[in-house]
Amino acid sequence: MAARVITISSGKGGVGKTTIVANLGVALAMRGQRVVVIDADVGLRNLDVMLGLENRIVYDLVDVIEGRCRLRQALVHDKRLSELFLLPAAQTRDKTAVQPDDMVRVCESLREQHDFILVDSAAGIEQGFRYAIAPADEVLIVTNPEVAAVRDADRVIGLLEAEEKGPARLIINRIKPDMVRRGEMLDIADVVELLAIDLIGIVPEDQAILIATNRGEPLAFSSDSSSAGRAFHNIARRLLGEDVPFLTLRETGVLGRLFRFVRSEGD
Amino acid sequence: MSPEPITIKGLRQGLLVALGEGAWSAGLRALEARLSASPSFFRGGHIALDVGTRTLSHSEIEDARALLARHQVELWAVVSKNPATEAAAQELGLVIDLGLPRPRGPETVSEGGEEPAIEGAGPEPVEGAGPEPVEGLVVRRTLRSGQRLRHPGHIVVIGDVNPGAEVIAGGDIVVWGRVRGLVHAGALGDQGAVICALDLAPTQLRIAGLIARSPEEHRRKPVPEVAVVREGQIVAVPWHGGSVGRGG
Repeated sequence: MAARVITISSGKGGVGKTTIVANLGVALAMRGQRVVVIDADVGLRNLDVMLGLENRIVYDLVDVIEGRCRLRQALVHDKRLSELFLLPAAQTRDKTAVQPDDMVRVCESLREQHDFILVDSAAGIEQGFRYAIAPADEVLIVTNPEVAAVRDADRVIGLLEAEEKGPARLIINRIKPDMVRRGEMLDIADVVELLAIDLIGIVPEDQAILIATNRGEPLAFSSDSSSAGRAFHNIARRLLGEDVPFLTLRETGVLGRLFRFVRSEGD
Repeated sequence: MSPEPITIKGLRQGLLVALGEGAWSAGLRALEARLSASPSFFRGGHIALDVGTRTLSHSEIEDARALLARHQVELWAVVSKNPATEAAAQELGLVIDLGLPRPRGPETVSEGGEEPAIEGAGPEPVEGAGPEPVEGLVVRRTLRSGQRLRHPGHIVVIGDVNPGAEVIAGGDIVVWGRVRGLVHAGALGDQGAVICALDLAPTQLRIAGLIARSPEEHRRKPVPEVAVVREGQIVAVPWHGGSVGRGG
């Protein structure tokens, strides 16, 4: 069966796209899926660091596009999971080195051999975003529960609708349960209501993520030790079609409203 | 009000401004007056000029382009019944046949290259500054951040207007949904224009030349509201049924 190409995008930078791609890649591969994660942020490559694979890179995405190597040679095999591969970005080039057609071709040639191709988009709505969404069958939008991130996500969803790349699904990252409880953070229901797309994941803020990121050891490897790790596995399961309830965050009020909304959206 | 015969129509691709007949210099003066009278309606827009049967040279068309540029309006097309004028406009790289899509980019709904929503160009031109624009435009979707809708007549949105989106109408604006972006009714100068929404919580509300912000206080349960100009101020009042008076 041919792979699903899923692009992860956000508009605003720093909301956690790359962390989510790394962890989703790991979580899917741990479930036996054959996964390639593509770092499409040419010039600002990070995904290799989060996966702890930076010292294994020989060729990169731009080398593939410009024909300096075969696609197979550029794929970096994960050191822990036999079914996980990274196609790294070039660090010494910029976004102009990649055209939307190039990404479509690269993803097409990966489809046969894999189940999931996760594309980590650059922030912004310019070239880096355009070529990242070009090959996408599905798009996941990452946002944080803050006004600026939500507005940028809205912008991106509008652009995706124009490209007929939809409907996108939403991941709300960095929820702080105690702040939500005190009413100091944007409510999940408010975010979902404004963006009006289906929710596929809620990831709580977790210091363990930062530690894991610096170590190059995504949290999803130790799924049971943290709520964020569990959240990544839950998203992976939902991508595989399982019906997984959302984490409770110990806040029944929020979830009561949330579920009602998700249902009314015809999920 | 100005006696000049300028008319403004909404087209799928943007606005069409017809200058009528007469001396070119008078036409340009009238255009300048029109742009100055309602700058926020035109700013950032793309317009097509209908110059009638006049014979215009390169430099005369360039004068119009420069005038528009000073008001931050881009000239993208010149429509004329005069072959010499058409040829001059064509040599300047302007569109001369509105049946064709605009050469690049977007207008009505942002640089998304998005399906523009302005398509309400009826056969009747709208009197630019007239109190009762006749065209209406219905848009059945949510306007998201970065998307802009501009129309010389009335606009009805069935959906939300999200923060960062803009709706600019020469006439009234009705939103069957939540307004959280910027809405500007009566943008061609009509203070009698109204804005109605099921939930009116805009970033900014404008009617003609007046600007208002939403009150900062936390909203209770939203109720349908109507914003009108009263005694030189924009006021929003809950809608309890009945008709919404113009003027007042």
